[in-house]
This record gives sequence, structure tokens and C-alpha cells, in this order.
Amino acid sequence: MGLVEKGVLSRKPLKPVTWLLNYSRKYSLWMFQWGLACCAIEMGAALASPRFDMMRLGVIPFPASPRQADLVVISGTVTDKMVPAIKRLYEQMPDPKYVISMGSCANCGGPYWDSYSVTKGVDQVIPVDIYIPGCPPRPEALLDAVVMLQERIQQEGLGNDELAARWRGEPVEVV
Amino acid sequence: MTTTQPPSQLPGFEVEAGSLGSLADARLAVELDTGDMILNMGPQHPATHGTLRLVVRLDGERVIAADPVIGYMHRGYEKLTEFRTYPQITTLINRIDWLSSFANEVPFIHAAEQLMGIEAPPRAQHIRTLLTELSRIATIYLFLGEMGLQVGALTPAFWGFRDREHVLNLIEGATGGRFHPNFNRIGGVKDDLPWGWIVECRAAMKRILDGCDDFEDVLVGNEIFQARTRGVGIIPAELGAAYGVSGANLRASGVDWDLRRDGKPYLSYNELDFKVWTHQDGDSFARYWVRLQETRESVRMVLQLLDGLASGPVMAKVPRIIKVPAGEVWVETENPLGQMGYYVVSKGAIGPFRVKIRSASFSNVSILPWLLRGLYVPDVVTVLGSLYFILGDIDR
Repeated sequence: MGLVEKGVLSRKPLKPVTWLLNYSRKYSLWMFQWGLACCAIEMGAALASPRFDMMRLGVIPFPASPRQADLVVISGTVTDKMVPAIKRLYEQMPDPKYVISMGSCANCGGPYWDSYSVTKGVDQVIPVDIYIPGCPPRPEALLDAVVMLQERIQQEGLGNDELAARWRGEPVEVV
Repeated sequence: MTTTQPPSQLPGFEVEAGSLGSLADARLAVELDTGDMILNMGPQHPATHGTLRLVVRLDGERVIAADPVIGYMHRGYEKLTEFRTYPQITTLINRIDWLSSFANEVPFIHAAEQLMGIEAPPRAQHIRTLLTELSRIATIYLFLGEMGLQVGALTPAFWGFRDREHVLNLIEGATGGRFHPNFNRIGGVKDDLPWGWIVECRAAMKRILDGCDDFEDVLVGNEIFQARTRGVGIIPAELGAAYGVSGANLRASGVDWDLRRDGKPYLSYNELDFKVWTHQDGDSFARYWVRLQETRESVRMVLQLLDGLASGPVMAKVPRIIKVPAGEVWVETENPLGQMGYYVVSKGAIGPFRVKIRSASFSNVSILPWLLRGLYVPDVVTVLGSLYFILGDIDR
């Protein structure tokens, strides 16, 4: 993150530069697939099926490791046994990083809201940018979430301090 | 896996005397002084269909011992069923084996119906059979494509997803749910089939048959595919049966056993004419071949059902609030992954007292430590793929 250390981003860069940076970032999202349960199959359908074909949105779903990923999609039931692994792999991702929580289970526990072994929401462990409701959500919903995320990435640092905070890895609050 | 202990002292990885010498090339081991290595696959690994974790002990590239660590998808089903009413449980058990959700509902609904003494009308039975077979096609079709992915061919995976959409469209058209239909009710099904569905179903079945021919040409007849799968991961029939392996995995070992034909009659399978396919080899290739033939057989069953679809109502008369009389019942069915059973204990309340779920994948993966011993690392992925388990079905 040379940009951050040199203080370039904290000096409020020129708007066209920020715009170009954001524009490049939003169409080359490397997505780490965290397929856990039913939603993983719908995520697979969104990625691999020619009917949905997510790669046309500029999402590249094959990073070899979380260290190369910008975006992680938590799709499925998060159990208490799984939480340490999720935390560890999230921490390995480089900043700026984004999280999509796919499906009711990852959002809030879903149909297992009273189960003894299920974590009620992945946002208890890692910060989440976009929640997709549904059990499981349709692949189109995941596509929509990615488009929403791209819109947000485009807006970062234009008139707010969000971009610099993202690159420093600080938590960001979006109203 | 980072560990401070030497691998030989880790629990579960004790070396049997003399096993090292027979497995590895002794001369090479002396020259290069290869030590054992512990490889941790998972809990997030694409080859393990989700969250199965495999701790594999390697000598060079050969597996000495493999230890599956399960429980990463344990959601506590058997406890949760004690706090739900019977209609609510249908929603829940859709998600045990999420690929063939409709087939999961059937044994549980049958158990409740048997306890209540209700019989679903013939048309409801036919629709149930139809949707069960469609979900079987959707499940196995994904396997047919993904198996190509396990040996390094990407195209079949795309085909699998492409043609599966046609079947999912049918399920969605009939039930409203693309993935989790939740269509069974105690005493029948929720709705009748929509107008024009049967014509669409015939067209989709033709596509599936064409797709099966494609898989046969591209994968089964492929020399590389055969080299990777033939003779790899052989399950002997007696051993497989002793481990509780069921379904296509056991039929690929030459055991002619299918609960649709041999079990207690359920749905309308006794009206249908179908063949149970077996293979003598018991290796990864046999498992693929048997599933390919089963898909075609399922298409045949669907077409037979469409020809002779019974008329009449789709719901029997049931009380508005469902209370199941006290009693115990065990119902087992042939699911796409193998034998699935529910042991339901009722005490006369609106929900069951206790439900024991026997799922196919749990028993199917229990043979893994035996099966993976002595294989090469790339073959581990092939064998895992060919056993075809769903993590929700293992952990519940």
C-alpha cells in the first residue's frame, strides 16, 4: 500500500485520479468464494452457468488464495466451528476488502435462528458491506449485490473520506 | 498445518510397523530423506464440496493416512425438529441435502402420514414421484459435470450448470421454489401442476438426454478421464456394505440394491418400469458410469409418469391443525445420494418428540480413511468427487 504510506490518499487526491482508480478497481474485483451451504450452489450457478455469467460484470472468481482477493462472498450457514477459519482468512485479505453476506443464514442465522451450533450472522465476526436476503437468494440477487458494490466503490473518496479509511483498513460507516 | 509436534506423535496418525517401506520407494526415501508431511485440505477447499476438512498424512505424494474432520456444517437438526411443528419441519429438512431438497421431504412426510393413517391421493403421489425424480436429475447432473472439473476439464462443469437450469425451471414452475420447493403437505402436495408444464417437461427431458450423450462422448469415452478414474478408489462390495455405503456408490461395486425397487413400496415406483444399473468394478469410473445411467433411467421414469398421470385431487382430507398420534415409525427412501431414513417418535403433540435422521453421505464418507490410504494426492480429489457427498447431508 505505497499510496497510503506516502500520504497520497490522505492529501485528498484530485477527483479525476480517484475516479479513475475507482473505475479500474470496480471492474476487476477478485472474488473469493466462501461456499458453505445451499447458497454456494446458487453462487456456483451465478458464476458458472451461462444463464447468469457473472464474469461479464468484471468479477474474477478464481483467486488462488484469499491473499489475492478483494471481495469475499460468505454464502451459507456459518457455524461456530467455522468462525475461526473465516476470521483467519478474512484477515489474510489485503485492504481495501469487501464482504458480501449471501443468504439468510449468513445474515442472521436464518432458519437455524434457535440452533445451538449456528452463528447468528457473520457480521458478528467480520464487517459486512452488502447483505443479500433470501433462502437461498436467486443468482440474480447476487449479481445485483455485485452491481451495488461496484456503485459504492465508484463513489469512494469522492466528497468523503471513505477511500483513505478503506485503504488503511479502518472500519467504514456508510449512511 | 503448522504444528510444533512431529507428525508421528499426532493423534490418529500412528504408523503401523512396516507400512512405510511397502508404500514408498525405499531407495528414493533414503537418498532424499523424505519425511512425512501433513497436508490440511479444507475446511474451505473447492474439491471438498464445501466444508469437509481432510487431514492427510503424506509420504512423498502418497497418502499414508487420511482423517476426515466433519462438523463444520453441523446445524443441530435433530434438536431443532423437537421445537418445530410437523409442517414447519418440512421447511427445515429441505436443507439437509440441499441439492435434492424435494427428495428429502418425502420420507418425513411419509412418516407423518403413516402415523396419522392418511394416504395421499394418486395424483399427489404421481406429482411427488415426478418431482423426486426431477430433483434426482438436477442433483446427479451437477455431479456429471463437476466430475469433469475434478480431473481438470472445465467445460463439462459449465454444461452441468447449463442444463440443470432447465430442470430447476421445471421445479420452480411447479412449486414456486427454485431450490427449496417446500411443496409437500401432509396428505398431498400444495398445488396442482400449472398449465403447459407437461409440454415443457418433455422438452427439458429431451435436453437432458442429449446432455447425457454429450457427457458420454466427452468424459466416459475420454482416454484421460479413464486413466484418471479407472482402478482408482475401489470399494469392495462387502466392505462398502459393512461401512453403510449406499446408493449409487454401492451399486457401482456390483450390489444390486435399490430401495425404490427392493424396499418397502413408497410413492408410485411399483407402477413404473425401470432398471437398476450396477457396475462390477467399484472404482471412480464405475461410480460415474452408474450415475450417468441413473440419470437416463430417471428421465425414462419421468416420461412414463407424464404419460400416465392420474387425475383427481392433490390433497387428502386432513385436519386444520395437524396432531400426529403417538407412535414410532421408520421410513427410508432411495435419495439421489443413497439411503435416507427418518425414525420419528411422536407423543401425540403438534411436533415430534424425537427424530433420528439417517443420511446417506455420513455413511458414504465414513469409508474415506480406508479408501484414501495409498492413493496419490491428485487421486484424492477424484475419489472425493466420485463419492459425491453433500456436507449438509454429512453434518446435518
